[in-house]
Amino acid sequence: MADIWGAGMPHARGTVWPARVDQHLADGVTEDQVDRWVGSACLLCSNGCGCDIAVKDGRMVGIRGRATDVVNHGRLGPKGLYGSTAWAHAPDRLTRPMIRDGGLLVDCDWETAMGRVVEVSKRLLREQGPLSHGFYTSGQLFLEEYYTLAVLGKAGVGTPHMDGNTRLCTATAAAALKESFGADGQPGSYTDIEHCDAIFLYGHNMAETQTVLWARILDRTRAADPPRLVCVDPRRTKVAEEAERTGGVHLAPRVGTNLALLNGLTRELFEHGWVDHDWVREHTLGADDLRDIVEAYTPERTAEICGVAPDDLRRAARIFGESGNVLSTVLQGFYQSHQATASAVAVNNLHLLRGLIGRPGSGILQMNGQPTAQNNRECGADGDLPGFRNWDNEQHIEQLAKLWNVDPLVIPHWAPPTHAMQIFSYAEEGSIGFLWISATNPAVSMPESARIRRILDGDQCFVVVQDLFLTETARLADVVLPAAGWGEKTGTFTNVNRTVHLSDQAVEPPGEARSDLDIFLAYAEAMDFRDRDGEPLITWRTAEEAFDAWREVTRGRPVDYTGLTYEKLRGPTGIPWPVNEHAPEGTDRLYADAVFPTATETCETYGHDLLTGGAVTEQEHRALRPDGRAFLKGAQYTPAHEMPSEDYPLLYTTGRTVYQFHTRTKTARSRSLREAAPDMWVELSPVDAERLGIAEGDIVRVESPRGAFEAQARVGQVMPGAVFAPFHYGTPGLPGEVPRQANELTMTVWDPVSKQPYFKTAACRVRKIRDGGGPAPAPTTAASAPAQPGAAPATAGGALTVSRAVPVPAYPNDPSCAAEPGSR
Amino acid sequence: MYVVIYLGLVHRAEQTLAASLRTVGQGHAQHPDVLFTCQALAAMSDEHVERLTPIVARYGEQRRGAGVDEPERLHAAGLAEVRSGPVGLLRDLQDLHVLGTLVQTTWTVVRQAAQGLRDHDLIEVCEFASAQNSRQLSWLNTRMKAAAPQALIVSR
Repeated sequence: MADIWGAGMPHARGTVWPARVDQHLADGVTEDQVDRWVGSACLLCSNGCGCDIAVKDGRMVGIRGRATDVVNHGRLGPKGLYGSTAWAHAPDRLTRPMIRDGGLLVDCDWETAMGRVVEVSKRLLREQGPLSHGFYTSGQLFLEEYYTLAVLGKAGVGTPHMDGNTRLCTATAAAALKESFGADGQPGSYTDIEHCDAIFLYGHNMAETQTVLWARILDRTRAADPPRLVCVDPRRTKVAEEAERTGGVHLAPRVGTNLALLNGLTRELFEHGWVDHDWVREHTLGADDLRDIVEAYTPERTAEICGVAPDDLRRAARIFGESGNVLSTVLQGFYQSHQATASAVAVNNLHLLRGLIGRPGSGILQMNGQPTAQNNRECGADGDLPGFRNWDNEQHIEQLAKLWNVDPLVIPHWAPPTHAMQIFSYAEEGSIGFLWISATNPAVSMPESARIRRILDGDQCFVVVQDLFLTETARLADVVLPAAGWGEKTGTFTNVNRTVHLSDQAVEPPGEARSDLDIFLAYAEAMDFRDRDGEPLITWRTAEEAFDAWREVTRGRPVDYTGLTYEKLRGPTGIPWPVNEHAPEGTDRLYADAVFPTATETCETYGHDLLTGGAVTEQEHRALRPDGRAFLKGAQYTPAHEMPSEDYPLLYTTGRTVYQFHTRTKTARSRSLREAAPDMWVELSPVDAERLGIAEGDIVRVESPRGAFEAQARVGQVMPGAVFAPFHYGTPGLPGEVPRQANELTMTVWDPVSKQPYFKTAACRVRKIRDGGGPAPAPTTAASAPAQPGAAPATAGGALTVSRAVPVPAYPNDPSCAAEPGSR
Repeated sequence: MYVVIYLGLVHRAEQTLAASLRTVGQGHAQHPDVLFTCQALAAMSDEHVERLTPIVARYGEQRRGAGVDEPERLHAAGLAEVRSGPVGLLRDLQDLHVLGTLVQTTWTVVRQAAQGLRDHDLIEVCEFASAQNSRQLSWLNTRMKAAAPQALIVSR
């Protein structure tokens, strides 16, 4: 548990990342007792590591990494090892449906529960039509489930009100890719790590959010010819430390000023001639406008806005401008902060200006929060249409209507699909009267949690919740449906660099729990959704049949699955899309030919004004004649929506910790992970702590204009003037209980383009309530370590993990394998 | 020279648009995107007014000419208060759009005159303001399109 990245395996630039198999079995289980190993991939961070699930006596009892998998080369992180299976046999699993009766949730059978759901759904459809229905799903379902939900929602019910919690974590990644390149889809690959000269991590604490990927970077930075790292983060994370160690830079901009920083970096590229003018002329649009926009962001002015030293900014820009190949990764520090899409797009701009895209070592990874999130974007159960289709393009709608054999007008496409925050607003005012929430916990994860609880608890909207446990959200539902989890059902999912994995069912779900796919199919059948010929709308019954239907939807689109089958995915490794007759073994990186899916007929969006979110029209797009060229788009920096004031003098920001995932629905049920980060805490800088008379472990009250929580203080490594809180911890919701959720304080406000809520920009105040009698329950192994070493006992524990180095297999598509004759 | 009358009109229309955007934003503050975007759009109009001010000073803003009562008669009525509910929001956005269109055509007219006068500074202000004005209208359109179905079919 303490060694979260594992032993290093340093290797030289351009050579294959060595393989090592990490394995963990439940207490008392030995390897020879395992009945069988079932192929899958890990769900507990966005990496999506290939793995096998250990099964003994019909129970999941452990996990091991797959040495042959291109994503992880056999390794697993602490969440994957300790958190993958323990939740499955937790005593509080939901095993029966429940309905609200006289104010209380009581057990019932499926017929009763589904009967109640269908009764309300049919009545509202009859009385008010499809706009009365909303579906808020997860980032954690499988592709087949998202696709089924998308079809029943868009072609069955016909509602535009569908979104997922992907909105909270990766909407900006998708939006930034669409604005720059015309369609979603990650240009880069993890193999860029082995070939780059510099790595820029923007608002991405990779050391905690993706431990295996970070280990992959460490194995290069600890070798003889390391890439230099540049870290953009207001906290002094392990990434920041490594940046300084490799001769790079740690830039700690004030919370909410990312775009000013990026405008400053962009200006430096222009000023110093670090622009590949020929490439830019041939493959992009908008360079002159971008130059005008960034002109005013001199290093001095930028430094003043962001609170960084002008020379640090210059130094970072020089590293970007002079390195042969650069890999950039972006995550929540940008996505959940002010001007999110404009800031993430600015990262794409830097690569486009230098032509650093489409070749080994020059990648962009607009990261995801979980390896299943990408599928929500691909399949269209969130605010997108299946197959990266454009809601504003009548031909794209025609294609879907033909595939589903429905009238095109049934598919809601008069405006962008409704985003999550708007869905909850409609539920609040009661115009959405039926809200189905699957596999996510908005009562903890959404901003301004008191408001979300009120919406879910009110009588104005009927709420269905489908999950593994009675979460904070499920407790407020009208109907609760018990779902099967990972390992208890079959399906595929796709990680951030487009690698598709198949996860086979390893065990039976407990009690009457059913797979999400089966639940959606049962609803569609009970609702009797039909196509225009009167035949059932949804024709598949199994996950594999759903996958086959999905493959047809992707034909001819950038996200092409047509060359994939379940049989192929049962091979040694996951496979990155596009997979088709031209690329039967998949595609390591996109845009190797510098042709982007921006043609008016092809693109997923016509684009937006990055400052206001105003949509570009088809005519305007056509007039630009993008025809395969990427867009360089910029925006002016504006101050964040809530700045510190006399009443609320500190900047409030939230984030993640290495040992927990999402709202701990699974990780809280692993003893090892729970003990490593057992409870809520809040981090203050030593300067602010001293000024406020707060010592390590004191109980403090943190307040914003929207709410408050109480927790123990960690005097830690956050920048002075800022306060950091982990977002994972919920509140059991007992009467009189003091809230401890980070989102009690956050704002209901979102990015104008991606519609992703801002969890990282608010103002707060902190005061001491009483002595805590010991250090805060924060882990010491990563960014939440105390400022003063030894101020808290070192995080340790967890049962034994076995790691063994193995011969390096040949990885398909890996440029390092191609460079080493005889390695295949 | 009636151009001074039109300078006065565009000047006041932009001020009216900025004030109306702020009124609508505040009045519908329960929709944070409306609140904050209206503030951002109002700041655009503020900037237009700021850039126009030295030019207006140069020409002298004339409120009355021979037989002309402009801009009093042509002046744009702003939104002094907001309506309530989803349909009210829709109507307020529509009113802003009408006002924004008046601003847009006024800049078009002024730019024609500026070209005839070979006034490079004024041409530049006109082009800058027109481009920003399109962004204002584009957002209003986008927001109305998104809000209309729910407001007109199922809102209470």
